Amino acid sequence: MADFTSSFWSWFIIITTLGGILGCYLLIQWLSRGKKPEGKQIKTMGHVWDGDLAELNNPLPRWWLNMFYITMVFGVIYLVLYPGLGSYAGILGWGQTTQYEKEVRRAEDRYGPYFKAYAGMGFEELIANEKGLAVGRRLFLNYCATCHGSDAGGARGFPNLTDNDWLYGGAPENIKASIMNGRKGIMPSFGAALADDGVEQVAAYVLSLSGRDSDPVLAEAGKPKFQAMCSGCHMPDAGGNQAIGAPRLSDNIWLYGASPGSIKQTIREGRNGVMPAHKEFLGEDKVHIVAAYVYSLSASKD
Amino acid sequence: MSEHTTYNYKVVRQFAVMTIVWGIVGMSVGVLIAAQLAWPVLNFDIPWLTFGRLRPLHTNAVIFAFGGSALFATSYYVVQRTCHVRLISDKLAAFTFWGWQLVIVLAAITLPLGITSSKEYAELEWPIDILITLVWVAYAFVFFGTIVKRKIPHVYVANWFYGAFIITVALLHIFNSAALPVGLLKSYSAYAGVQDAMVQWWYGHNAVGFFLTAGFLGMMYYFVPKQANRPVYSYRLSIVHFWALIFVYIWAGPHHLHYTALPDWAQSLGMVMSLILLAPSWGGMINGIMTLSGAWEKLRTDPVLRFLIVSISFYGMSTFEGPMMAIKTVNSLSHYTDWTIGHVHSGALGWVALISMGSMYYLIPRLYGRELYSLRLVETHFWIATIGIVLYIASMWVSGIMQGLMWRAVNTDGTLTYSFVESVQAMHPFYIVRWLGGTLFLVGALIMAYNLWKTVAGARAVEAPIPLPAAAH
Repeated sequence: MADFTSSFWSWFIIITTLGGILGCYLLIQWLSRGKKPEGKQIKTMGHVWDGDLAELNNPLPRWWLNMFYITMVFGVIYLVLYPGLGSYAGILGWGQTTQYEKEVRRAEDRYGPYFKAYAGMGFEELIANEKGLAVGRRLFLNYCATCHGSDAGGARGFPNLTDNDWLYGGAPENIKASIMNGRKGIMPSFGAALADDGVEQVAAYVLSLSGRDSDPVLAEAGKPKFQAMCSGCHMPDAGGNQAIGAPRLSDNIWLYGASPGSIKQTIREGRNGVMPAHKEFLGEDKVHIVAAYVYSLSASKD
Repeated sequence: MSEHTTYNYKVVRQFAVMTIVWGIVGMSVGVLIAAQLAWPVLNFDIPWLTFGRLRPLHTNAVIFAFGGSALFATSYYVVQRTCHVRLISDKLAAFTFWGWQLVIVLAAITLPLGITSSKEYAELEWPIDILITLVWVAYAFVFFGTIVKRKIPHVYVANWFYGAFIITVALLHIFNSAALPVGLLKSYSAYAGVQDAMVQWWYGHNAVGFFLTAGFLGMMYYFVPKQANRPVYSYRLSIVHFWALIFVYIWAGPHHLHYTALPDWAQSLGMVMSLILLAPSWGGMINGIMTLSGAWEKLRTDPVLRFLIVSISFYGMSTFEGPMMAIKTVNSLSHYTDWTIGHVHSGALGWVALISMGSMYYLIPRLYGRELYSLRLVETHFWIATIGIVLYIASMWVSGIMQGLMWRAVNTDGTLTYSFVESVQAMHPFYIVRWLGGTLFLVGALIMAYNLWKTVAGARAVEAPIPLPAAAH
């Protein structure tokens, strides 16, 4: 969308800007007339306030006037070269968007071949390559560490990438696909369907699957409800389904907190996990290298 | 003595005393949040004690409670004494005092509770905004009404600046605070997206330009010539820098939004006008400092005058730094770093606080008919405060430039050399130095409070007769 809805506002900006600068110029022209009388004492203006407050009328200091002129001349030249005067684009054709695009292009030209070399390697070859892995680690720290942590240990809602427990599969190709296209992990809310009692029961059953302490009576009551409502995604044995990112519920690894309260909240209110897609943002070369790095974090723990 | 033959010193005294009180409160909160940045454990995991809640409390307390009370006190004093007439309405003046104090107390309650419009320097919710508007209209009526009934034909230059400050702050407050209330304590801004950001920084930068600059220049134009006992250096310079300052300042806001969604043309205008603002700002500095010409030796013997003159020097320094930081290339390094915090505090501590303190040292003894209790304590205060400021701004310069450089450093493969948290770690020692600087500044303010307390303790309030204006010659 253009910045101006009509040329009126563009002209409004141009006229007030140039008129304002011209006004400043005329003001100092008007008041800088007259020289300091040589050797004479400067007299006060003749007004006295509050007993002894008076004003001299010294001329405007020359160096200060020059500084004022220089900034005004600079300002006008800048506004001729760069956008500023309404919809006038400036002689240089500069814009912050084009500057950004230029810088991105320059970076791609400069660093692209560097990444390309590693992107050509297979995953197993890449994780054996110390330099390539270091590049992957730096990419990870730049783009992934904000959510997954600089040790890739994850945080509440952000999976741990080092524990070899995978929502969408831990093969390097799966990891790369997660990064390239992103993932949406949706757990629907069951608060209405299960009611409070049902949530308690299912939560007790889910806890029992990992061998955690839970009320056996509640867990027993929760089992059929789990089979009816949860097993479609989490599977009857609660082993999860990597095709849709449904977590395994029997390994005592919890994405949204291990406490019974968190688990009940997950069942009651549902969860919305989002891993953003990085295909457009990073490009396939960098994604390949960072996927290799992530793979390397748990590859040794097989 | 009757109301027609004396000045209204009561409201001046009230605001002057609250200047000292709120100064100490606001600076103490500042020292606490500076300490929290260095030692996060001091958040104590108590929501209303956390940095995010207390930071707006600090800014509101020092700008509007401390600075605002100083401006009310001095403008009421100056407008009476340079118009040779009592304030037009004692009742409205009293309303502005109690109304403003109520605003401050409400701010001190709502901000720690997390009730905020989330607009920087305008965080207060809409009911308080309406109260501010009422107080401000009353203030404008008292100030300009007093000028209208002046006994002296020419309006003294200090009053131009106070007047510009009052009018512009009214405009800024009303336009920026326009919001749609959805409840007693919640509202949404009338503007959306980048327009909201632009209105916010049009307000934000002119809160600096008119609240913290024009108003305090009014203070300078009265208290510097008074304390130095010298005439103002140049009448014509005051005209040029007044008009240029109030015209150009209003354009400078977009420099807070360089390299954002704000259109290129608006960013450029903000930068160009910020550069042109250098000369008008320095015009004020020249007029203040050169007022001392022929009386420089007074700086050696008069610590109160030293407060005033050093404050003007800091004004000159930060108004040079500001235009430099408004240049896009510089800004791309300095923006979002501690450099900005250092810049603000060289203006806030160096200029605003020092000139207010100097003016209070002049004003408060006269309001109680006493001499200052101890000039040596003023001297001590001066040095402690100055060292505190230098520690504060120097640490923030180093920290800010270091942050900017760390954030843009890249490896040979184009990835960032440092993660954000590494820059946080590198800032830590400077945060301790900054806290120390702030603490010293607060200690200075406590010395001032003690000195002024000893000055006025047991004294009776002065009823000052209005002198006849000097005959024109």
